[in-house]
Amino acid sequence: MRHLLSTEHLARADLEDLLRDADEFSEVLTRPIPKVPALRGKTVATMFFEPSTRTRMSFEKAAKALSADTMSFSPGTSSLSKGESLKDTALTVRAMGVDLMVVRHKATGAPWRLAEWLDIPIVNGGDGAHQHPTQAILDCLTIAQRFGSLDGLHVAIVGDIRHSRVARSNIFAMTTLGARVTLVGPRTLLPLDPDAWPVDVSHRLDDVLESLDVVYLLRVQTERGGGSVFPSLAEYTDRFGMTSERFRKLPERAIVMHPGPMNRGVEIGHDVADDERSLVLQQVTNGVAARMAVLFSLLGGDDDA
Amino acid sequence: MHDLAITGGLVLTPDGPERVDVVIDDGVVSDVGPDLGDAHRTIDATGAWVGPGLVDIHTHLREPGQEWKEDIESGSRAAAAGGYTAVVAMPNTDPAVDRGHVARHVAERGREVGLVDVVPAGALTVGRRGETMAHIDELWNAGVRMFTDDGDSVADASLLRLVMDYIAELGGVVSQHAVDPALSAAGHMHEGAVSSRLGMYGIPGEADDIVIARDLALARLTGVRYHVQHLSTARGVRLVSEARAAGVEVTCEVTPHHLLFSDEDVAGTDPDYKMMPPLRSHADRDALRIGLIDGMIDAVATDHAPHAAIEKEVPFEDAPNGVLGLEWAAAAMITATDPDIGVFFERLAIAPARIAGLEDHGRPVAVGAPAHLVVVDPGATWTPTTSKSKSRNAPYFGRELTGSVVATIFGGVRTDGQGA
Repeated sequence: MRHLLSTEHLARADLEDLLRDADEFSEVLTRPIPKVPALRGKTVATMFFEPSTRTRMSFEKAAKALSADTMSFSPGTSSLSKGESLKDTALTVRAMGVDLMVVRHKATGAPWRLAEWLDIPIVNGGDGAHQHPTQAILDCLTIAQRFGSLDGLHVAIVGDIRHSRVARSNIFAMTTLGARVTLVGPRTLLPLDPDAWPVDVSHRLDDVLESLDVVYLLRVQTERGGGSVFPSLAEYTDRFGMTSERFRKLPERAIVMHPGPMNRGVEIGHDVADDERSLVLQQVTNGVAARMAVLFSLLGGDDDA
Repeated sequence: MHDLAITGGLVLTPDGPERVDVVIDDGVVSDVGPDLGDAHRTIDATGAWVGPGLVDIHTHLREPGQEWKEDIESGSRAAAAGGYTAVVAMPNTDPAVDRGHVARHVAERGREVGLVDVVPAGALTVGRRGETMAHIDELWNAGVRMFTDDGDSVADASLLRLVMDYIAELGGVVSQHAVDPALSAAGHMHEGAVSSRLGMYGIPGEADDIVIARDLALARLTGVRYHVQHLSTARGVRLVSEARAAGVEVTCEVTPHHLLFSDEDVAGTDPDYKMMPPLRSHADRDALRIGLIDGMIDAVATDHAPHAAIEKEVPFEDAPNGVLGLEWAAAAMITATDPDIGVFFERLAIAPARIAGLEDHGRPVAVGAPAHLVVVDPGATWTPTTSKSKSRNAPYFGRELTGSVVATIFGGVRTDGQGA
């Protein structure tokens, strides 16, 4: 693996290697000194052309726990506003001595372009509504730690799948690892061509509740107002929200996940978010371990013996 | 001793293809036939086609106002290299060609460069803003015959209807960039399986079809000559074909890139595959190929749209629309559709000249005609690596094409930059 850009063509063996490493790193993170020297001397740059605090912090924590140095780029302080092309920006940062770049960009494909232009590993930290592979790895880690593996599990991904890089990444990672995935949402939020995806589709959350092992709730983009993709937040919650009532109908083994930030009272009920079967904070913790595994697999154990 | 001889080729004459020689003196075809005697310079056209110089009714030369992308000199050079002897320059310059003096400037600059006839198209509305009628009389008096807001559709049906009425009275042609502004506003590529997988906002084919259908109704109402730019959908081809059968005076064009590529080529998110309308499905592409060969589509037009490298060194969604085309249009058509000599020249020279009203161009090779000619080897394979354009945004580099331009002759002078 030279870059981590997408989960779509990741082999099951590669995914399982990453999950195994991530599981080990999650143990490292519980030690009194949660740090290993694996990437000492390496520099990881987080290039977040689209603002994001939590993903950037997670990557920086992961790099530091591996003893790598970190640098960060953000558009507010950059020369992008001065008309520099993405290529020139990337080459400039690379020239400072960077060993790996984590790229987040609002435009689909931006990390691929950087992978073309640069000679260092690129990690996709989220591109448009396309891919966010480290999110999928941390999610699969969270599920695997709970159930042992994903084989045979039934996962519902609920909400705005059409505009979600989290959904696109998880669909491929979860199905590659043997889970059955059902997408749940109104037609306006589902992919245009659901038949082309390795998934089942439902327009009613109530229809699938009783067979689920994992309910994966996507964030409703309240900043869009919901005005044009569904009628109102209340109607959304009525059909697709994980209310306390629906939570009670889930099998006892089932867990609830959410990539954050949550809209309590919209896609997830207040009490549900705080229930012990809601693994939202575990996902965040696992995010650091999963990103350590990715950085380690791309940078570790090569040239600095 | 003749000025120039073209020997051994298959020549498109008024009587059809004939294996004859062609000689040129004083910028005019002076004789056509066997054994015409010596010339100062000779082009060996063995195995090649000889016919009227190609005519592009859809070129962006970017001058005035965006000379960092292209100018009339570099664009003319690219046109001549691609076999063209006339190009119709689109009016989406800065300032837009919405007044007579701007159109005159473009034509005069073309004459100064002297490599192809540069024929300005005029805007339909002031500033191409879709609000008020452009200075159509001024433009007409400056020689403009094609009117278009290319780059944008005229969204207001009432305004378009009035502009069509006005231009119908003069005898000009209304040429539409037929893409619905609302349906295409958020999109970057064809809406389909590839856009869905990429999570990219798509532009459904219906964005084109809706505007074409509306405009055909208005063309019928006003009686104007209506031309559809860059058809991209199978349904668009059918709509035009049905309207023509019903008596509407309509013509249409297809670009070389819509003949050669599909949305699957966008999967790698290389901005050199980004244009409007977008590359569509395989089924659409195949319908365009069939439509072109069958004559439902009148012309190949390049939509040559230069953008500087820095403007394309960005993610797909951030890149401007448009790709180069002048230098590879002939090869793209041959590669995609394998036409015979008659269809080739009809679609790339004769019909475009007829649509744009260019009397000196697009005529079969005959004694006394202006020597605007091209020699094309339909069987040659080659792989483009360079361009005469100022820009490099072409999807053709590194891709093997069939059919190459051997020589371009404009007013009796060789202009392709390859030979003496």
